[in-house]
Amino acid sequence: MKKESLIRRMLFVCALFSSFIVFLIIIFLLQEGAPALTWDFLTGMTWSPHNDQFGIIPTLVGTLYVVFGAVAIAIAIGIPCAIFLAEFAPFWLRNVVKSSVEVLVGVPSIVLGFFGLLIMVPFIRNNIGGMGESILAAWIILAIMILPNIITISEDALRSVPQDYRTASLALGATKWQTVRKVLLPNAMSGIRAGIVLGLGRALGETMAVLMVVGNPEIPWIPTAILDRARMLTSTIAIEWAYMVWGSPHQHAIFALGIVLFVLVSILNLVASFVIKERTTKR
Amino acid sequence: MNPRQTEKAAKVGLWLSAIITIIILPVIVAWIMINGIQMINLDFLTGSPYKFEYGGIFPQMVGSLYLTCVCTLIAAPLGLASAIYLAEYAPNNKITRIVRFFIETLAGMPSIVLGLFGLEFLVHYLKLRTSLLSGSLALAFMILPWIIRASEEAIKTVPNDYKDASLALGATKWETITRVVVPASIPGILTGILLGMGKAIGETAVVMLTAGSGLETFIPSGLQSPTASLPLYIYKLATQGHTSEAMSRAFGASLVLIALFMSMSAGALVIRNYYMKKLRA
Repeated sequence: MKKESLIRRMLFVCALFSSFIVFLIIIFLLQEGAPALTWDFLTGMTWSPHNDQFGIIPTLVGTLYVVFGAVAIAIAIGIPCAIFLAEFAPFWLRNVVKSSVEVLVGVPSIVLGFFGLLIMVPFIRNNIGGMGESILAAWIILAIMILPNIITISEDALRSVPQDYRTASLALGATKWQTVRKVLLPNAMSGIRAGIVLGLGRALGETMAVLMVVGNPEIPWIPTAILDRARMLTSTIAIEWAYMVWGSPHQHAIFALGIVLFVLVSILNLVASFVIKERTTKR
Repeated sequence: MNPRQTEKAAKVGLWLSAIITIIILPVIVAWIMINGIQMINLDFLTGSPYKFEYGGIFPQMVGSLYLTCVCTLIAAPLGLASAIYLAEYAPNNKITRIVRFFIETLAGMPSIVLGLFGLEFLVHYLKLRTSLLSGSLALAFMILPWIIRASEEAIKTVPNDYKDASLALGATKWETITRVVVPASIPGILTGILLGMGKAIGETAVVMLTAGSGLETFIPSGLQSPTASLPLYIYKLATQGHTSEAMSRAFGASLVLIALFMSMSAGALVIRNYYMKKLRA
């Protein structure tokens, strides 16, 4: 009996340690980043490490611009695709799409970034205009990365709508498409919403692929057009950590960017889990 | 438009979105294959890089495999133990909920934030330097929540009858777990571990801040040694190299990386199918 309770305690310590890592991350990020989290940082319009000016606004605007656009594209392709998989696809085709989506979700982001850098950037430069490295390129690459998440979650949500609803709607003389629009989509909406929020979180945290196509101007400005170059929270950290001086204001500012990123992603994940919980309690 | 025409138009749109989704993956993989295959020869696979854009990628391949294996050796036992606790022992109280919440938070953590943490905590605070150990630990933190999630799910699907039968025979709870529950959930656990390894081998941001420069010309001699990795090598050549030599090496390394990643995914599938057949028999 003693051995049993000892084992129980050891397993508890393991689980505790696994969650303790997050605690450590928060403490250490705050320790380095909190000194830089000033009002000037949160409202500053210029980010210029050489002049010790650290304002987050251009980077934040660039990030939101890129993330929302990418999610919009992923929704425009992903939700129809989920409807197709759940309601219209023949069995064999469903398997093909599902396994291709399953592999796509894990493809190393560096490979997607490489593809973007060598194919999409020159394509945009030659056919659409600008320098090629642009918000548009980042939209497309990021949309490819979050497409699988949105498809998988939306399809699950559509499938979990009870079969009776479909039969009832079809029996009333509705076409299949009318059933999808008037019955299935409204019922699956909360699940789809959770998928979109999770997609936003993933897009926000994505680093390497975006970094390679978004341009990262030396001194970031507030982007307006989709052919503008921009900076992301993630790409700024990934580029500037290499030449920051340990202990300088620059280093604290970079860790402060990390805190902002962490807070935004955590809020999105919390929202998603609330949406999912609300859905399970409603049923 | 009458309903029938709308139905037709909708179907066309739905097919189109599905076709776009299917072609992305083959297009990218084929593009890498076509451009990378001519690089695959013995010199490239067994040589070391020199003068930035020449030579082979042997240290990068070995470095990536080392990083992946060491991080799995750290994350798998810890993840499995945590999952067993959460699935079998954890009472439904506040502490359990907090533990779960933190593990979920870790799963959603952006990799660059994990990299920053690794740089500060592992490299500077614990003085592990930029090394195989720092990189592996940071990667282990990244895949830990995924291994916990997959293992817990697998453990929870073991039928209660199995446990009841074992307990009724006089086995203790721990005996039941080691002899009945874990063996029955092994396919799910292994699948989770292999998928975690696939995530780890393709990760760039974390190793960039903790493991090495990516262009190391040597094989790591120990846990303290800086370690090269394929993703970082690709990143450096693709963004800082401007010659065709650099690009063709980035293609070759991408092909090797994709092959390693795909073999891990395929391994996960094979294990799942093999055990499923065995369980049914």
